[in-house]
Amino acid sequence: MELTFYIAGAVAILATIMVITRYNMIHALLYLVVSFLAVAVVFFTLGAPFMAALEIIIYAGAIVVLIIFVIMMLNLSEDATQQEKEWLKPSIWIGPAILSAVLLAELIYIFTAMDVPTTATVPVDAKLVGLALFGPYMLGVQLCGMMLMAGIVGAYHLGRQKKKVTHRFLEKEAAQ
Amino acid sequence: MNGISMEAGLLLAAILFALGLMGLLMRRNIIFMLVSVEIMLNAAGLAFIVAGMRWAQPDGQVMFIFILTMAAAEVSVGLALILQLYHQLKTLDSDAASRMRG
Repeated sequence: MELTFYIAGAVAILATIMVITRYNMIHALLYLVVSFLAVAVVFFTLGAPFMAALEIIIYAGAIVVLIIFVIMMLNLSEDATQQEKEWLKPSIWIGPAILSAVLLAELIYIFTAMDVPTTATVPVDAKLVGLALFGPYMLGVQLCGMMLMAGIVGAYHLGRQKKKVTHRFLEKEAAQ
Repeated sequence: MNGISMEAGLLLAAILFALGLMGLLMRRNIIFMLVSVEIMLNAAGLAFIVAGMRWAQPDGQVMFIFILTMAAAEVSVGLALILQLYHQLKTLDSDAASRMRG
């Protein structure tokens, strides 16, 4: 189980590095699927099998597919990859990379300085999660429902194409 | 007896979060920025799962479900915004949308 955790973690890190360095958007999204699947394996080894299933269904299944649909709708041409190559020059990415690396080093220092005893992994199954979700966290579930509703309405409102309303006589005038 | 230390899980979450932050800062394409935000949210959820594992309580997983719902709502609204932006500006460059009334 431990070895599985470390291998899946390494796969997740490598796939995420590939995601943020690809020029082609579809390639990046396929690596993102690999990364989410690896994180799902990590969840499984951490004793959260239900969350592993949700990670695969919602992140790798729904969110990535949604992004791929939008990329297909945008119908990007061949030179999008070329433009991406121009945008991602070392002079541009070196600054943010160093800053994030410094933050990461601090985080690693904090986490390794902690002295936490290793405990055995006890799986927490879906039944316990459901009892907690619909018991003490009932308000949160309702708020989540409201937020999803707001998300649906907002996405519909923003994604709607505005109809061009022109008077037919004016249109005829413009055509002439 | 298998025992994955809490440090290892938190380190993985920290590395994934830093990679997402790096991608968010160094990309100009707005779709890649959205993807990086997804990576960061996922890393935050992983930290919650690790904490839930440490005390063998379901609360961490409940928080992960909340993060998941928020990510789903966020990505749908974000993609609708990207579609609108692309129709208005004919580019995915985030710098093209730097003005409020461009």
